[in-house]
Amino acid sequence: MKKTVLYDSHLLANAKMVDFAGFMMPVVYTSITEEHNYVREKAGMFDVSHMGEFYVKGTEAEKFVDNIFTNDVVTMNNNQVLYGMMCYPTGGVVDDLLVYKINKDSFIMIVNASNIDKDFDWATKNNTFDCTLTNESENISEVALQGPLAEKILNKLTDFDLTTLPFFTFQYMKINNKDVLVSRTGYTGEDGFEIYADHDVILNVWNEILAEGKENVMPCGLGCRDTLRFEVALPLYGNELSKDISPLEAGLGFAVKLDAGNFIGKDVLVAQKLNRTTRRIVGLKLLDKGIIRHGYEVYHNDTLVGEVTTGYKSPCTGETVALAMIDRPYDKLKTELTVDVRGKRKKVVVRNKKFYQKSYKN
Amino acid sequence: MSKIVKGLYYTNTHEWVKVEEGFAYIGITDYAQESLGEIVFVELPEEEDQAEAGEEFSAIESVKAASDVLSPITGIIVLVNDDLEDAPELINEDPYENWIVKVEMENKSEINKLLSAEEYKEICE
Repeated sequence: MKKTVLYDSHLLANAKMVDFAGFMMPVVYTSITEEHNYVREKAGMFDVSHMGEFYVKGTEAEKFVDNIFTNDVVTMNNNQVLYGMMCYPTGGVVDDLLVYKINKDSFIMIVNASNIDKDFDWATKNNTFDCTLTNESENISEVALQGPLAEKILNKLTDFDLTTLPFFTFQYMKINNKDVLVSRTGYTGEDGFEIYADHDVILNVWNEILAEGKENVMPCGLGCRDTLRFEVALPLYGNELSKDISPLEAGLGFAVKLDAGNFIGKDVLVAQKLNRTTRRIVGLKLLDKGIIRHGYEVYHNDTLVGEVTTGYKSPCTGETVALAMIDRPYDKLKTELTVDVRGKRKKVVVRNKKFYQKSYKN
Repeated sequence: MSKIVKGLYYTNTHEWVKVEEGFAYIGITDYAQESLGEIVFVELPEEEDQAEAGEEFSAIESVKAASDVLSPITGIIVLVNDDLEDAPELINEDPYENWIVKVEMENKSEINKLLSAEEYKEICE
């Protein structure tokens, strides 16, 4: 089992640790709801050192990324970050990821911890370009500071004025005179930052943020990371995305540029867009009591029409809601369906999947 | 260190039983509620349902996951703790005060197969 550089810090903070993608990671420190609300109202800090980082360098780095990534790399500015997917030729998803453009010859890809090996194999196999691809995941640690007070706290520690850092951009800067990469990104629906650096630097950054933020920041575990991304309908690989689910079915058309250059899987996605997908991710609201969860079957009368991909009692709204992959035409708003919960059918209705409003800073 | 109450009977799946006037009150232990975290829903059985020893009769939903509650004994459920319907968090607050069901035991000797407080304590360590 791998440990991040913050492992001892988590134990000291009384975290409940779990195995996640081969890493011992904190799932919760105090309570998922308290941590969730801290991110929505103040600031929460996550150890995300388990995420994977690949460097792409060389004269054809841009061509390589453009060929493997669904979003439009060619129009990216330097220091911009872009969200998108790598797809199989079938249109199914290898992984969802962030691409950081340093310049035309140098990119960083940030991938899910659970997919690092698979992604690196896939990327390497498809590297027919004049560039080198290296897996730096073991050498880089990462923390995410998320929430409305994140800017105020982190700005006291950086030598760069973060108020001038636009959403989905990054800069190299210093914290305590040590090199870090900071991007205005995250996966919670709140304003916030992700900080990448060497292991020992991240250990220091973690402690500095806790000391600077005091009562306005708390360490947050994977438990609330999932409820936070869920409330704002951000997909999780393995739930809303998989090798059998296309980005269009997942509702991620905004990150798939079908009118730009070629990328692996494009043909299938173009056809899907033309003919409409046969199913898509929607929101469900539970009308009966209970909780509906990942893997539960969804029915229209006695016809199986889909499956729940993530479900929670939303910490912010108190409603029991879910994301679900539903066959058309049962995906229409206000359609009444049922979900099989341990053998009992519970009533749900199709609703908008944005359970909570994002509050990003532009 | 989670709390264990003397005089109750326990299972290795972290349920407790309190016997009073021939009836069994069943709940989950402090260890169980701590491991689950915040409880957001308790799926209750109906009165007059049959409870079977070792079988699931209720489900407890924490923020993160659903867990079955297994009946330590066999019998008829005569009363369900309706308070849990609107306030499932009562189990977090006091797991030994907030029983889930009251069961009329079919075979009182079944209780002897359960764990004592001392035996249960060893499991939690």
